[in-house]
Amino acid sequence: MQLASAQGDPASYTGSPHRPSLKQAGQTQRGHMSVWSRILVALAALALAFTYYFPLWEITLDAPQYPEGLGMEIWINQIQGQHEGDLNKINNLNHYIGMKKIVPESIPELGIMPWVMRALMILGLVAAIVGKRSFLLAWIAIFVLVCVAGLVDFYLWGYDYGHNLDTEHAIIKVPGLSYQPPLIGTKNLLNFKAISLPGAAGWVVILALSSASGAWLYEVVRHRKGAVNVA
Amino acid sequence: MFHRSLTFTTAGFVCLLMIGLITGCAKNKEVGGFGDAPAKVYVAPGSYDEFYAFMSGGFSGQVSVYGLPSGRLFRVIPVFSQDPEKGYGYSEETKPLLMTSHGFIPWDDAHHPQLSVTDGQTDGRWLFINGNNTPRVARIDLSTFETVETIEIPNSGGNHGSPFLTPNTEYVVASTRFSVPIPQRDVPINSYKENFKGTISYIKVDSATGRMNVAFQILVPGINYDLSRSGKGPSHGWSFFSSYNSEQANTQLEVNASQNDKDFIAAVNWKLAEELIAQGKGKSWSVSYCHNYVDAADVGQSEVITDVTVLNAAENPGLVYFLPTPKSPHGCDVDPSGEYIVAGGKLAALIPVHSFTKFKAAIENQEFDGEFEGIPILRYESVLAGEVKEPGLGPLHTEFDGQGYGYTSMFLSSEIVKWKLGTWEVVDRIPTYYSIGHLMIPGGDTKQPYGKYVVALNKITKDRYLPTGPELVQAAQLIDITGDKMKLLLDFPTIGEPHYAQACPATLIRERSVRWYPLNENHNPHAIKAEGEARVVRDGKTVHIYMSTIRTHFAPDNIEGIKVGDKVYFHVTNLEQDWDVPHGFSVMGATTSELLIMPGQTRTILWEPKKPGVIPFYCTDFCSALHQEMQGWIRVSS
Repeated sequence: MQLASAQGDPASYTGSPHRPSLKQAGQTQRGHMSVWSRILVALAALALAFTYYFPLWEITLDAPQYPEGLGMEIWINQIQGQHEGDLNKINNLNHYIGMKKIVPESIPELGIMPWVMRALMILGLVAAIVGKRSFLLAWIAIFVLVCVAGLVDFYLWGYDYGHNLDTEHAIIKVPGLSYQPPLIGTKNLLNFKAISLPGAAGWVVILALSSASGAWLYEVVRHRKGAVNVA
Repeated sequence: MFHRSLTFTTAGFVCLLMIGLITGCAKNKEVGGFGDAPAKVYVAPGSYDEFYAFMSGGFSGQVSVYGLPSGRLFRVIPVFSQDPEKGYGYSEETKPLLMTSHGFIPWDDAHHPQLSVTDGQTDGRWLFINGNNTPRVARIDLSTFETVETIEIPNSGGNHGSPFLTPNTEYVVASTRFSVPIPQRDVPINSYKENFKGTISYIKVDSATGRMNVAFQILVPGINYDLSRSGKGPSHGWSFFSSYNSEQANTQLEVNASQNDKDFIAAVNWKLAEELIAQGKGKSWSVSYCHNYVDAADVGQSEVITDVTVLNAAENPGLVYFLPTPKSPHGCDVDPSGEYIVAGGKLAALIPVHSFTKFKAAIENQEFDGEFEGIPILRYESVLAGEVKEPGLGPLHTEFDGQGYGYTSMFLSSEIVKWKLGTWEVVDRIPTYYSIGHLMIPGGDTKQPYGKYVVALNKITKDRYLPTGPELVQAAQLIDITGDKMKLLLDFPTIGEPHYAQACPATLIRERSVRWYPLNENHNPHAIKAEGEARVVRDGKTVHIYMSTIRTHFAPDNIEGIKVGDKVYFHVTNLEQDWDVPHGFSVMGATTSELLIMPGQTRTILWEPKKPGVIPFYCTDFCSALHQEMQGWIRVSS
């Protein structure tokens, strides 16, 4: 369906065999990507380095008693407060509802994720260097899998923290209420409004995935016949 | 002759009546006549005041912190007084701050708050204040609003002219109010002239840490030294001290110290003093005084210092000069340019202003008018820049607005008088209620005053507020000085005697305010970092309880094995790492006070159980919904 619409798009003529500059690149080596796409893919792969410097995800907790803000940041290799001491505050608050302490050192994913991210970057660069559409597609597929796995894992952790409460020692018990933070979006938890959104690095990951997908789509359009074959 | 004195008396009465009428009229006018004043002092809910004002608590020994222009009280900082609200002076960590060579003294008379300065301007780092009675100076850290250091002044009989600062907080100065035999000894009181002396002390302030030490003292003639300001700009390197009782009377000073037509301002060349010290001209005297400070572990330390370097003013020419100043001067203030030295002659009918340029020239030209105990007296006419004529009755203190005007408080006529520097003409006056002592303009003693307001610090309030028995509230009044006419905006009650105050823009302090103490930087020897470390340790008849607090429980909360006669130390660490979550701790029958423990802090209190039983303890500072459940028991066996 996308192809049909792309065909009708004047922009698709840039990929037309009648255009000599691209015809050369596109027709001499079928299945290979244009230089621009490869650069874009390389940049997308390199952009993942942002995940080392910015948080992937942020959960902000809004309540009248915290005018200075309260929240936590999930990084590729750590979980920390949005402000100094926030994690300690959140753990202190959570003890009222019998929630387990969030202890970043005990979360194995934080040790694995940097390796996954490094692998993802290397694979992206390989796809850019090799310049084959199939490699790119494989990379995108792995990328998507990683993202989905990450979100599922995040959801499961949230579910575990929010549901497996120490009911014996919980000070506040509200029948039927769980305290699972939203995967994305906002949710009221007692006196707090929990807001869960991608962090700066999260947005970069989304942008990188979109760029890679865009590059792939562009290549598909550019090699219309090849693309049909692949499809 | 009799007839003549009667006429004078009558004239005097008429005069007083006139003053009464003037102030009375002014007061009547003010009713309903405030115009936009409420809007000018209204700080909307959720908004901040523009200035922090630090007011001395006078004989309460404290400092109170107000917002301007609202006049709202924010905090009381205990300095020389025990404060059960905060456990200050009761906890083992803070008790050493109240040590003196006379022992533990949990009170003093705090007069002059002084904000630290860099290049003659407020920097918002520290606040210094004097203890007038048992001579002391304290330093408050403005990032925590806690007293962190006190130092006793040796060879001093009362620390009134203090703690005035040099332009880069190089020194805190302190002068003896009461001259006494120095060194102290048993002599007849009427041997005042032979045996009594004064000292002026220069306390060095470490520019990085604020830590104080008495660098040197200058031995000066035995008279009363009152107030001081340091020179700045051209007069940088000098300090000026008003003095009285040049008669050297030792009895009925009210009469006998009011005989001479002129007393002095003592000008001290502290840069020269530094050189003389470097040349070894100072003598080491054996003394004993306390230096108390909070160490890196947040624990008070008290050490006794046994020597001080003394320079004798009479033996070191050029170190001190006397500027004659009409009758019993009180205030001694230096204008923002550093050129004019203004004295408040509390019994004089004018305000004399000395010129620093003329002062230097007079020394150069040897224009002396004798000497006093070896100190040269300069000729009055040679150093005088001008006189503010008919300013009112009882001029005391002067502050400056940075726009070329001086504002002088008039004790007897209860008013503030605005006059112009250079022409010395009075341009405006406003009544105050009543008996104003000091007055304060934010930054009014600095190189660049912030102006905007003058605060009148009054001694008497009489009919201004609802009466509270014989003891009435004391008060400050906020007056707008942005226009040509001064305008009363607000009066508000204060704690103790608001003797003097200083203010600075809130932005200088607000951003630096500590929210909590990082637990991993808590080096208190009795700190615990986690609940798991809570424990009870017996050492003979002494028991140490290492306790933690966190919303909303103590650990441990059941303590057994304590015996009558034990000395029980509760070392309580607040494990919270959150803003505005202190916890309290109190135990029944303790003869000390509660503890108030800031997040991340450790505080220790001593409890000595006298009889067997099970004694409850609980949190005193409402900390959360389960605050009432924050309690425990300690079992005492015989």
